[in-house]
Parts: sequence; C-alpha cells; structure tokens
Amino acid sequence: MPAPPMNGPPSGPPPLRPDVRPPLVNGQPGPPPGPPAGPPPRPFGAIPSRVNVSGSAPNPSPTTMEATSLLNGYQRPSPPINLPAPSGSTSTLNEGHRSHPSQSLIGQENSSKPSHRVSHRMSPVPPNTSSSYLHASVNGAPTTVPTTTVSSKTSVSEPQSISSDRTVKLPPNSGINVNGTFQGNISVSSSVPTPVSGHYSVAASRAPQAVNTPTTPAVSGVPKTYNSQVAGTSAHLQASHSSGSQLVSTSMSNSSRTVPPSPVNVSSALQGHTVGSQPSTRHLPPSVRPPSTVAHGSQFKPPGAGAYAPPSAVGPSLVSPSLQASISPLQPPFRSPAQPGPPQTKTMGPPVAMVSTLPVGSTQMQVRPPTSMGPPATTMGPSPTTVGLLPNSVRPPLPTMGSVGPPPPAMGPLPPSMGPPQPSMRPPPPSMGPPLPSMGPPLPSMGPPPPSMGPPPPSMGPPPPSMGPPPPSMGPPPTSMGPPPTSMGPPPTAVGYPPLSVGSPLPPVGPLPTSMSVPPSMGFPPTSAGYKPSVGPPPTGSTMTGPHHGLPKGHVQQPLPGQEMMPPYQGQHQYTGGPANMTQLSQELGGLSVTRDGWNKGWGTHQIDLLQNRQVLPPGGVVPPKPLLAQEYLPNCSPDVFRCTLTKVPETKTVLQKSRLPFGLLIHPFRDLEHLPVVSCNTIVRCRSCRTYINPYVVFKGERRWECNLCFRVNELPEEFQYDPVSKTYGEPSRRPEVKETTIEFIAPQEYMLRPPQPATYLWVLDVSRQAVDTGYLKVVCDTLLTHLDKIPGDRRTMIGFITFSSNVQFYLMGEDQRHVQMLEVGEVDDVFVPNPDDLLVNLEQSRTLVEELLAMLPEAHGNSYHTQSALGSALQAAYKLLSPIGGRITVMTTTLPTVGPGALKPREDPNQRAGKDIQNMGPATDFYKKLALDCSGQQIAVDLFALNSHYVDMATLTGMSKFSGGCIHHFPNLHLARNPTSVTPFVNCLTRYITRKIGFEAVMRIRATRGLTITNFHGNFFVRSTDLLSLPNINPDAGFGMQVSIEESLHNIRTACFQAALLYTSSRGERRIRVHTLCLPVCPNQHEIVTSADQEAVVGLLCKMGVDRCLSSSLSDARDALVNACIDALTAYKMGLSNPAHGALEAPPGFQLLPLFVLAVVKCIAFRGGLSTKLDDRMFAMCELKSMPLKHLLTFVYPDLYPIHLLSEKGALHIDDQVIPQPGRLHLSAERLERAGAYLMDNGNAILIYIRSGVSSAWVEATLGVPSYAVIPQPLYEDALPALDTTESNLLCNFVMHLQRNKPYHAPVVVLKEDNPARMLFIQYLVDDRTEGSHSYVEFLQYLKTQIK
Amino acid sequence: MAFSLAALSYIFALIIDAFLIFFAIFHIIAFDELKTDYKNPIDQCNSLNPLVLPEYGLHIFFNILFLVSGEFFSFILNLPIILYHIHRYRNRPVMSGPGLYDPTSIMNHEVLSQCQREGWIKLAFYLMAFFYYLYGMIVSLISSG
Repeated sequence: MPAPPMNGPPSGPPPLRPDVRPPLVNGQPGPPPGPPAGPPPRPFGAIPSRVNVSGSAPNPSPTTMEATSLLNGYQRPSPPINLPAPSGSTSTLNEGHRSHPSQSLIGQENSSKPSHRVSHRMSPVPPNTSSSYLHASVNGAPTTVPTTTVSSKTSVSEPQSISSDRTVKLPPNSGINVNGTFQGNISVSSSVPTPVSGHYSVAASRAPQAVNTPTTPAVSGVPKTYNSQVAGTSAHLQASHSSGSQLVSTSMSNSSRTVPPSPVNVSSALQGHTVGSQPSTRHLPPSVRPPSTVAHGSQFKPPGAGAYAPPSAVGPSLVSPSLQASISPLQPPFRSPAQPGPPQTKTMGPPVAMVSTLPVGSTQMQVRPPTSMGPPATTMGPSPTTVGLLPNSVRPPLPTMGSVGPPPPAMGPLPPSMGPPQPSMRPPPPSMGPPLPSMGPPLPSMGPPPPSMGPPPPSMGPPPPSMGPPPPSMGPPPTSMGPPPTSMGPPPTAVGYPPLSVGSPLPPVGPLPTSMSVPPSMGFPPTSAGYKPSVGPPPTGSTMTGPHHGLPKGHVQQPLPGQEMMPPYQGQHQYTGGPANMTQLSQELGGLSVTRDGWNKGWGTHQIDLLQNRQVLPPGGVVPPKPLLAQEYLPNCSPDVFRCTLTKVPETKTVLQKSRLPFGLLIHPFRDLEHLPVVSCNTIVRCRSCRTYINPYVVFKGERRWECNLCFRVNELPEEFQYDPVSKTYGEPSRRPEVKETTIEFIAPQEYMLRPPQPATYLWVLDVSRQAVDTGYLKVVCDTLLTHLDKIPGDRRTMIGFITFSSNVQFYLMGEDQRHVQMLEVGEVDDVFVPNPDDLLVNLEQSRTLVEELLAMLPEAHGNSYHTQSALGSALQAAYKLLSPIGGRITVMTTTLPTVGPGALKPREDPNQRAGKDIQNMGPATDFYKKLALDCSGQQIAVDLFALNSHYVDMATLTGMSKFSGGCIHHFPNLHLARNPTSVTPFVNCLTRYITRKIGFEAVMRIRATRGLTITNFHGNFFVRSTDLLSLPNINPDAGFGMQVSIEESLHNIRTACFQAALLYTSSRGERRIRVHTLCLPVCPNQHEIVTSADQEAVVGLLCKMGVDRCLSSSLSDARDALVNACIDALTAYKMGLSNPAHGALEAPPGFQLLPLFVLAVVKCIAFRGGLSTKLDDRMFAMCELKSMPLKHLLTFVYPDLYPIHLLSEKGALHIDDQVIPQPGRLHLSAERLERAGAYLMDNGNAILIYIRSGVSSAWVEATLGVPSYAVIPQPLYEDALPALDTTESNLLCNFVMHLQRNKPYHAPVVVLKEDNPARMLFIQYLVDDRTEGSHSYVEFLQYLKTQIK
Repeated sequence: MAFSLAALSYIFALIIDAFLIFFAIFHIIAFDELKTDYKNPIDQCNSLNPLVLPEYGLHIFFNILFLVSGEFFSFILNLPIILYHIHRYRNRPVMSGPGLYDPTSIMNHEVLSQCQREGWIKLAFYLMAFFYYLYGMIVSLISSG
C-alpha cells in the first residue's frame, strides 16, 4: 500500500534548513525526515509477514553481541539501567550474557529463510476511557483475558494505567477492522485512508509458539533464585524464633480472643514462595512477550469518554503543531473537539515544521518583522505625506503598538495604518499629539527617506508616543534602531550594541545637544532618526505643534542621502546627546520608554518594567517556552514530562555563571500518558559506548550506522532496525518509532532482568493504637481497600499482607488452607521476628475471602485497644523482613509518635517557636528510618508514609523512610471521622487514587546527558546509587524529580545538547519495561539569550528544591535569602545583557516576568515562611512535597490558581464532549483583585475553595448554590458544596470545577467560604501578593529587588 | 645512648604518618571509585566510616606526644588539621555509628568533590610532614646523642 503520504518527509522543514545543520538531524542524506510520525499505512488484511523470523538466526543476533560487548567492554560494564540485584549493591551489572535465544532475532528480510513468519500488525488500543480518572484503571482490567494465550485478541498490558500503554495483539490472520471504533485513536493500516492516530503497532511479532520457547529457558531459572532467597530468610526466622519470644495467636473469626500458644510452622515458608513465583514465571512469557508487537498504542480519549483528560498528557510529537502551541495547562489539547485528528497529529509529523514557527510564535514573529519592514518602507515613501496630514486617523493604530507587544511585526506589513503614532500615550497628550503626526510620517517614509528612516525602527516609532519621557531613554532606542536595519536578521542582543560602534555622522550631533536642553523635544528625536536634522532646531518642539509636522515631511525628502548613514546617525545622536543631562532626564522620567518597548518587541526582546506592569500573570495560564531547535521538524519531549530550566544550554561554564541561573532538569517520568508508543523488539538499539537509547536526535551515517547524540560515537545499526514493520519497507531506519518519538516505552528483553520480574506485592502496616482507633481512620482504610480490591494493579500473582502495631506488633495469618484469619501478636518489640512468613503475605487471588474477612473485621478487632504506645520501628522491621525476599511496597499509616522499640522518638517541637525566624529540628533525630529505607531500597522495597496525626509525629525523622526508598509521603493532619468529617473525603480520594494508580516495581532511572554536562544533584525520593543512577524500588505516576546540571566541559562545536532519562521498571503485570524520554536543547554561547529564553516555571521549581536542601543543610532564613538572591541574580544577569537599561525601572524579559511573583510566593509558602505560626510537621511535609512534586502541581501548590466565577460565560470556553467549560482568566492572588460583588474560586492543588463576597448578587447565589441569598448560605459548606442545578451558571461552574478536578491526581474537596465567616482565613492565607505579617507584598518585594539589582 | 622523648615522639610520628598516608590514599581511591560508578555508596561508606576515628585518633596521639615532649613547633604545624578534624566530626550528619559519610548525601556533587579535595590535601600534608618528621627525628637523635 502506498502509504507514505503521511510518512512523507516533513516536507517543509528539512529542505528549508538543510544548510543550517544537516548532520544533526536524523534525517538521512536523503532526508527521509519522514514526518516523524505518520503511522505507516498498512493494509489490515494483509497481515502476513514480510519479515521472517529465523529460528536459527543467521547471525547470532545483534542482541547477544550487544550484550557481550557490554560486559567486556566499556567503562560502564553495566548497561545504564538494569535491574538492581535484590541484594542491592553491586548488582548493576547486566546479566545480558545469559540467554539469548537466537530465534528471537528478526532476520533480514530475505525470504529465503522463512522459518517463522512475523506479522506486523497494528494493535488497536481499546479505548479505555472511563469517566473518571480514578476509575480509568478499572476498565482496562483484563482479568478475563487469558494471559497464557499469546494469540488472545486482547492482552492488555497495564490495565491500571489510565489509558497509557496498551498492547493489544490481534490474531495473525484476523482481519479485524479496528478502525471502526477507534478510528480516531489508532492508526492502523495503510489501507485505511485516515492515518489514524499516532499509533500504529509495529509488530515484529513472532508466532506465538516461537514466543514461548525463547522465554521458557529463562523462566526455569527463576524458581531457584526465589527459593534460595526464601530459604535464607526462613532460616533466619527460625533462628530468631527459637530465641523464644512470646507468640500469641488469636483467632479472629469470632472476634473473641483466645490465646493459645500456637506453634508456628516456619518450615512451610519455602513452599509458599516458590509457588508464588512459579506461576508468575509461567505467566510471564505470554504477557511479556506478546509476540514482539510494537504497539504504538496511543490512546486518545474517544470523544465520548468524557471524563478525564489530563491536559498535558499529550506527547509533544503527537500533537499537531498548532495544537501544541496553544496548549496550556488549562487546555488539554485533546479535549478540544477539533481534535479528531489525533491520528493526524501523528501523521502530521511534518507539521512539526509548523510547530516550529507557531510555538515560537511571538518571539520569532517579532524578530522577522523588521526584515520585512525594510521593503515596505521603501514603498511607503508616498504615504508619509499623507500621514502627516492625517495625524488623527493615524493615532488609533499606534496605541496597540505601544501598549501591546505584538504590533511591531504587524507594523511592517501595515505601515500606512500602523505607522502613525498613538494618541493614547500616557505622557502628556498635548505634547504627544505632535509627536504622533511626526511619527506617522516616519513610518511611511521609512523606505524612501532612507537616510532618516532607513532603519525601520523608526516605524517602531510607535513608541515615540511615550516620547513624553526623557530623551535619554528615548535616545537608546534609536541607537538600537539604527543597527537593526542592517542586522535585521540577527538576534536582538546584537541589536543593542551596534549603535555604539557606529559613530560617524556628526551632523545630527549638533542639533541634538540643543534639543537636549529642551527635554520635551528630546523625546522626539529618538523616535524618528530622520527627524533630527529638523528636530534639532525645533527645540521649541517641546510643545510639539504644527511645526513638527511640517518638519517630518520636509525632512523625509532630504534623507535620501543614504540609508546606511542613518544607523550611524542615530547612534551618534545618542552618544552626543548623552551628556550629563541624559541621566538626569532619564531619572526624571523614570525610564518609561515606550519607544524602546516597541522596538524591542519588534525584535522579540522587549522587556517589561515590573514596577509599571502589575498584571504579569497571563490570564490564560503560563505557556512553557519551547526549545527552538534548528531542526524544527523534530519533536521534543513534552514539557509536562521533561523540562529544563534553560531552553538554551550555555556553551561554557563561564556563560552559565554569567547568566546566574540555576541549570537543571525537572522530570515527571512515570506520568500517566495518553499516548505512549510501546515497542517490543529483540534488540534495543543503544550506543555501545554510553548506552544511550536510540532517539530522534541521533544522526544516521549512511544506511548502517548512526552517531550517538550524547557521546558522538558512531554505532552499527542492527539489521533488524532497517526494517520498518509499519510500512513494511526496508532501509529506512528513520521511520522506526524509536527515532520518531521522544517518549517511548520498550518491552525489555531478558538481559534487563537480574531476576524474574517480581509480582506486585503490597504490605500494609497500620497503626491500631488508642489514638489511631479514635480517629476512625482504620475503618476508612479498610472500607476503601475492600471496595477497590479488584482495582489493585497486579496480575494473578499479586500478593498482599497486613501488619498492625500499637505497643506490640500483630500479624495476620491468611494462608489458603485456613478457614479464618488468625492474628499473631508479637510482644517483643525490641527484637521483632516474623512468625510464619508464608501465610502472612498471601496471594490475593487465592486468599481473597480471607483478605476480605480481615478487612471487614479489622476495625472492630481493635475497637477497644487501649495501647497508647507505638512500636512503629518494630513493625517496619518486621515488614522489611517479610518483604525482603520479594520486594514490593510497604504502606505505613501512623497517627502517633513512635515511642517504644527501635526507632523510638521524642517530641522535639517547641510550640512557642513555631513562628520564629529560624526553625530548629528540621533534620532527623535518628538515622534509624534512613537506614531502614536504605535496606529496603536494596531489597526493592519502597515505604510509603501516610501521617494522619493530630500531634507532633516528627515528620522530619519519619519521612526518611520514604525519602530514601523511593516512596511517597502523604499528610492528613487532624484526620478524625467524627470531629473533623471534612478531612475524610480528601483522605478517601487520595487513598483511592493511591490504591488504584499505576505502579512500577524494582525500578531504576538513569539520566544521561551530552558529553560535557554532568548531573550534580538530585531532588526527589530515591537513593542515588551512582553518579547518574537513581534506585527507585517503586515508581508511581505522581512522583517528580529534579536534577542540577553542571557544565564540566565546554560544548564547543556542538549544536544541541540532549538529556535522556531512561526508567527501567517492572510493571504490575510482571513485564519489564523501559520508558525513555529524550530532551534536546540548542546550545548557545550568548549569555543574554540564555537569560531571556529561560523557563521561569522550571526555574522556580528547581529553586524550591534547592531551597529545601539549603534549609536542611543550613537554616531556614538562609534558604529564604538564597531564594531571593537567586531572583536578584537572574534579573541582574538580564540587566547586564541590556545595552541600555532604563534607570528606575525593574526590567524583566517576558519569559521572566513571573519570577519575582513566584519567588515571593515560595518564600511565603508553608515550607519557607517565617513569622506565621507553622507546625513543624506541616512545614516538613511541605518541604517533602516541594522536593517530589511534579512541576505542574508544585506551581499550583506554591501559587494557587484564582479565578473569578461570578462572571462565567461561554466566551472563549472549551467545548469538550458536549460540555461547555468556561475558561475564566487567572487572577493575581491579591485582595485588590477581589471585587465586592464577586465570587472567586481558588484551586490550591489540595482543595478547591470558593470564596463568596458579601456583595454578590442573590441571583447568582440562587443559580449556583440553590439558596436564595448570600446571607443564608450555610457555613462552612463542604459536602455537596456545589449542587448541580439546572441553570446555566450552575452548569458552567460545575463543568469548570470538574475540569479542574480532572487535572489533579485525585479529586479535591470543594469548599464554599463566605466573606464574613472566620473560615475565610483558609482562603485569605493564600493571597500571597498581599502583605502579611513579617513579609513583603508583591510591590514591596519589587521595590526591594530594584534596590538590590545593581 | 638513650634517646630523648622528642626523638621518640618523632619516631612514632614517622611511623604513624606512614599509616596516615595510606589512609589518605585509600580515601582518595575510594572517592574516585564512587565518582566512576564502580562502587555502591552504601558499601563505600561502610568501608570508609570505620577508618575515620582511627585516623583522627592516631593523628592526635602523636601530637600529644609532641606536646608532652615539648616539640611545640611540630604541634602547631598539626594544630590546624586537628581543629579541622574536630570541626568535621562535630558537624557530621546524624548517624548512629561512628564515621562521617552518609550514603544518601555522599553522591552529591559538592560532597563528593569536597571529600576528594580533602583527601588530596591531606595526602600532600602528610607527605610533607613525613619528611619533616624524618628531619626532626634525625635532629633530635643527633642532639641527644
């Protein structure tokens, strides 16, 4: 089938820039730069193979070669990522050498060896769309699917993942028409006209039989390892057991306690484990090897499925350029109705080209205009005169120019209309008036009066309107103006300087001085260089009346002398004009220079005076800057997944230091993705030297070789890679999904396993002390768990166990052969041992009834507990022992400070010091929990902590157990079922999400960077096992990480720098997978460019993490100072890059305008604030959150979103699934933004607060809340805060709230607060722009910054 | 001829200093291994931590000898390093066992490079001190003889 329409090379881009950077692109000489994405067309019917899998591969397989080479060869014997050995330490070595069934290789496409036929098929992804985030996982559950049959039609992998990755295999010969339902989602075959969505499944699949064989050998080895491990532990157990401790077994069946000394049979332990493991191995092959099918299973949410659509989830590459550009956190591209095209997106590949232009959007546009300006100017010639005459008509256009950034570009094209100055100029209208007219002329005349106008900049003139202000400031602009014409193309930075060097024309000088004396007139000159001559004399111009008008015209004609002259002219002009008066004037006028603004906007370098511009928060949400690559058609990693604080990488260390910005990465590696291509192949192509995975940024050297983009080694391309299973073409490696997608998942072959993939294993450690029972949390947990037992991610091997603790530790026997659950109580907490391990951790499926029984009776069984002590440390040790042979997840719920046994703590917080400047005791009190976490980490166990305390529990110490074991931390202060019912809903929501979300086990993540760049520090929850390897016993979709990067070697001669994060994990279904994200950034030697292109959100995110480190290593006040200094440094660095910074202004590039705002918010956030009484636990928890939250949530946490909701309308609303979702603009968090008759919604990540002011209209209240007026709104209103009424307002509001909820990991409670209720403080405390006790308001903060910036 | 206490202290210092040099070399190698991914930080810390106190103890031991024997100049030469050791140990991370190095923070670039620098500086100091002690020993032996 002729497919390739979609595959066609990104037509536009490649050709365009061949000369720029030919080699870097993966494009081959004959740029197959095929659109990165098009799903290659494939006839569905024609499944049969074109590729032969040779049972006896002619060449022993690239894979083996690779593997061996790894071992022998390189400095890094270990593949970057491999499964950490259970024992933890040195296990990094790759075990690749064992087993490489040669059959696994896919032979070249020679039909002569048709041993096994491989069919490449599309794998349609079942649209797993459930209406709610939480439930999404349920749908996918393929419980019904027999895993064992490879040919089964639907083996869904990772059901629990929302919709992310699914591999569905079709029977080889099935002519199933997948298109029917999924059309939108899946791109299947070439025969299908619509290049369906981005995925196609490239299946290099072997026949089922073939599949099984290779895997089995490996499998057989498994049981042994397990056995040995188990044996070890059991022996250990026995020993400890014999030591004689009290062992009490209680039969829980009738909730009456009997205490017969029950002999524990330890010997049986082994069997239990082996049994568990064996089945697993059996299942493995089928599920794992779905005949190597590459399923590009991207799942676009079917239109019908409304419920969730994480906005950002879209892979960058998939989104059509235009969409991408518009994507903002608030607007998930997918939801837009227009999107039908997900498929197209992929095929769009080429569109990328579009992307390049679009995203760049404003900046690029702006830059270009000037060039275009030139020509128009010439034609303009005639107009000037007319302009002069019609000053009034002219004015209108200018205003837009001056005030609105964009205009400059537009200006070019529309000289006639635009040219004119703006009337609205702030400065004295009267004086302005004149300038305008004069201004007008310049523009039009631009072309003709080359001399004066020469520089299009004059057109820029619009700024002149601001003229009013001091000439000095004005002066600068012109200078910059001058050069532009010539250098138009070049970047803004260059603009500033040129003028200086230019210094020839003296003529203008003369006049200028004179004009200088008269400030008013000064203003003018700058605007239009051309004027000067005439202007010079007109000092009178101060009044700027008729004469001026006349002047321009006359002057215009004179200019002709030479365009080139002009630039110098202007430069000169400034120079001379600059005398002493300049500074004085500039000070007087406060640096309000519209001229410069206009000019800089034209060049994409306009700056914003933060002191003048109070509204800096873009109403539509902040759009992350997009790295500008020379190869515009290449995709880049989604900013939601992988982001760098600088979108241009400094070339040398010096440049980085000069830019004074933190250089680092923020990554959210295991994010729930809507589209995730999954590839299964025999050989994962990697660089032999640095082990980088092949990615879109490698350079192909001929047909058979590729150059690594990180270490620049030239590697061989395996034969298999030549074949593109999708299009069934040979010799076009650039069509493979690996080189088209920046985020991709591989199904890892055998050599990535050091042991068979572990089963999903969950161990719950619950607090049953008196305080805990009082809160009633136990019931909540048991009920929630019971409800979602089916949705726990896992397969048939899934294991579960429970341990409870108070002043001693209780275990629950749930062996298959038992009829009732038995409780064993171990009182010896100082040296805890685990009785009967094999019946404590049981197979969920086999012991299902017992587990349910336990959950049902657990709350009552401890209902009358009177133990007030907590032996948390002992319980953890027991949990560790229980889980260490397998690995898995320990979930700890605690409500009190551990007081007995190992790990006992003492209260350290002094309530009187809560508001102090410096807080003590932020470090751990003991290293018990940290050591435990390290042990756990070595055994692939993660500890997740839920702190449900109402009193101090020393989070600083306890969190150690999660921080270093890759766990997560949740904090629900004052949870109480009866006394604080409002706290329960969030807890349940969180717990539900926690139980059902996707999970990866025994994971490691390695970050590689281009040679010369080194990762220095890591932030998040994990253990750093070597310089670039993070050990993550568990990985969850809500974990984010940060890294700091340093430049060790200069990046000379390198155009782009790349970062690659590879996450190797075991899915809950026992598959070993590797998720690879690659980010590519241009390298830039210019400090100013680096500063202006920084990503403010990422910078803030990284600063938070660094600030937390500083807190712990130094002190809180130190950290606060460091944060503020970072902000000062960044703005200073920017100012240094300006050719002529305005005096008295606090200037920031548009990409940085939010930095002070956010930094102030960070300083005031719970983690860093001083002056306000903050519980130590809350503070420590907030710090942990800052360290481990993904960027998007972190920003919401730091600077909540505030929206006005009393005016919701359909204007600009999103339409998704027939729902109208209004998009109110974001507001600054300041009381001054709150109208008296308004209602506001604040989304702070954990809760949605609706704040209703007293003046709100009764009609609105009635329409949304269903009560007649403001006065009768009940308070506080939590449950059912927003009734779904049949009114437009209510509809809009509910839709909007739902929309916000969908973007959260779990639903946040909605709280309605009235202005006159004390509970309003919940809302008021987040107004961080306002002044609070002991902290600056935003304006004060800006003033402070200004004084600090030299 | 019986040699003086000063000579004795120099002899001890000479022998102990040789050990210290080995400690320093081991230290440098250990951190280099960490940097190049050869070793797991937990293992490395476990092997380094037990050596910290012996090293400090040995160093302080012969300095006390210097003090007792009246070799004040030698003592003052060593004073900065003694103070550094005390400072270092007082500010060590929270840990239950002896030692300085925490596997969770040791991989931080700053910590790593700081430790490595410390190793090199100590090595240089001990080496130079070795020859100084040799000289001191000979001088004191001659003078006493």
